[in-house]
Amino acid sequence: MTYRTLPDGHPGTAIDLSQKADRLSLDIKGYLDAPGTASVWDDAIRPIREGGYAHVDVNCAGLTYIDGSGVALFIKLREEAALTGGTLELTNLNDEFRSLIDLTWNSELPKWTHKAKDRRGLAEAVGRATEELWEGVRTMVSFVGESSVMIIHSIRHPRQIRWKDVLLSCINVGVDSLFIITLLGFLMGLIMSFQSAVSLERFGGEIFVPNMLGLVMFREMGPLVTSILLAARSGSAFAAEIGTMKINEELDALTTMGLSPMRFLVVPKLLSALAMVPLMTMFFNLASLVGGAVVMLSLGFPLVTFTSRVFSYLDYGDVMGGMLKALVFSVLVAGVGCMRGMQTRSGASAVGLSTTSAVVSGIIMIAFADGIFAVAFYYLNI
Amino acid sequence: MDASKPVIRVRNITCGYDETVIVDNVSFDVFKGEVFVILGGSGCGKSTLLKNMIGLYQPMDGHIFFDDDELTGAQGDMRDKIIRKFGVMYQMGALFGSMSLLQNVILPLEEFTDLPNEAMNIIAKSKLAMVNLENAVYKLPAAISGGMKKRAAIARAMALDPGILFLDEPGAGLDPISSAELDELILNLSRTLGITFVIVSHELESIYKTADRVIMLDKDIKSIVAEGDPKHLRDTSENIFVKRFFHRQPALGKPDTKPTVQALNKDSR
Repeated sequence: MTYRTLPDGHPGTAIDLSQKADRLSLDIKGYLDAPGTASVWDDAIRPIREGGYAHVDVNCAGLTYIDGSGVALFIKLREEAALTGGTLELTNLNDEFRSLIDLTWNSELPKWTHKAKDRRGLAEAVGRATEELWEGVRTMVSFVGESSVMIIHSIRHPRQIRWKDVLLSCINVGVDSLFIITLLGFLMGLIMSFQSAVSLERFGGEIFVPNMLGLVMFREMGPLVTSILLAARSGSAFAAEIGTMKINEELDALTTMGLSPMRFLVVPKLLSALAMVPLMTMFFNLASLVGGAVVMLSLGFPLVTFTSRVFSYLDYGDVMGGMLKALVFSVLVAGVGCMRGMQTRSGASAVGLSTTSAVVSGIIMIAFADGIFAVAFYYLNI
Repeated sequence: MDASKPVIRVRNITCGYDETVIVDNVSFDVFKGEVFVILGGSGCGKSTLLKNMIGLYQPMDGHIFFDDDELTGAQGDMRDKIIRKFGVMYQMGALFGSMSLLQNVILPLEEFTDLPNEAMNIIAKSKLAMVNLENAVYKLPAAISGGMKKRAAIARAMALDPGILFLDEPGAGLDPISSAELDELILNLSRTLGITFVIVSHELESIYKTADRVIMLDKDIKSIVAEGDPKHLRDTSENIFVKRFFHRQPALGKPDTKPTVQALNKDSR
């Protein structure tokens, strides 16, 4: 008789084994639920697997309960007996248990195939990855083309723009993020000025901190940080909103109503990003100057020195270059967010994947575009 | 009902997803004013066929005509003209969640007509009243029940007074009372306004009550196994699948290939 540890309060499960010539008898007693089955599983299978009996009798007279786990044990015992050329009989089953077992006893259970685990060859994996990459590039080019056409069309026909949606989107993208962008700008200006002042103090060069701060913030950090915030805050929101609409068949509904989802959903978001991101960048830049001013004042420099050094060193090209970057980044981030939303597949995790992908793709595109701007500005002497 | 004039002609349509054919070489007509139901078991391609008929997907082969205009391959103004001929109610309603029911119904009017706001308001409210939602016009879709969403979706689909309404599983997920109310609504709209309905469904009670004619799709042959009046098919069809479907017989009752435990035990005694 075999006993294993069972949870407290379990009525108990046991098997008795007896053997006569090429016949093995298993006497199963007690409660064959999940814990009970687990407790006797190995002990029931092992003798059949090792013994190679021609007949296996399973006596169920002492069985008091059986559920799906117990049925699985009987099916496994039958499989093991068949593997060694034997047969299995269930005896003394009461009608209730028999009808339960009959539900699955005749089914051909699918065998595990190793196809799913087949490893792809290197060439196949590279080919598949290239195909996916190419498909991604094609989709993106197609999306950029379609959205550009839509924006140009909308600008030429402003009455067709859903201005109410643009305004709502502007509030979401711009107004609602005003506090965080101002705070970020202030803190970054403060930190950069302080760190620079500490380093430059050794050479007596703290006076150059405002020059550095204005240039870095207006040319580089302003558009970059604002766009990254846009990707994290609004790009993901665009992807989630459009993705959820796609799952709820709302995009299909728009299409069959003869309304273009691009015009209806994407254009207002792109326009709002185009309008708001340069403003957000300006807020960021000004807040960073306030942060820098606080540091310089604490170091004993008068405010007029700070402002005059910032604005004497910054020229029109620096400010406009930063604004141009902000415009381009905003289109990239908002466009990628909308595109990922429209690419949402079905399933519970699809919207989550789209939002993640929107943020990651947005940040990668910002980095690429910033690199291109850096090279272009260098050669254009901007 | 003008039985002689098909408003939709589907000719040799083959459709599916990627490379997988789900419906193969299917042809049928839908006549003006009738309630036409596409039925069949789960996975037989009813919704796929519907989505091809409304132009959401491009069929792999074949042609779909609305009156004399071909939808398959139509672009630009031609496509817009055809799409204006029908409205669609999706399975879950597909109402725009950020808009009230009134705004949902007004949307197509705003986009495709030059009516003054006041007129659009009255039209939208009257469409919602037609589906008994006059007391919920300012509610958001999230604040109403599943049955109300479907009725609101029908109101939106009717906003531009199309001659044809496509309904994808209108009774799915509804309690019997809401489902019966929806059936009544379909019959009313069909009788009073002469709207042609193309409905995807597998709810027998609704089908008997509303359908003038059905086609039944079969997953195995990927085509139509039966066409005609549903009650007539129920009573006379010799096709095993049609009989099982209409008499709700499980396909599990196929002859056993192996003896049961009971038989094994008897044999061994």
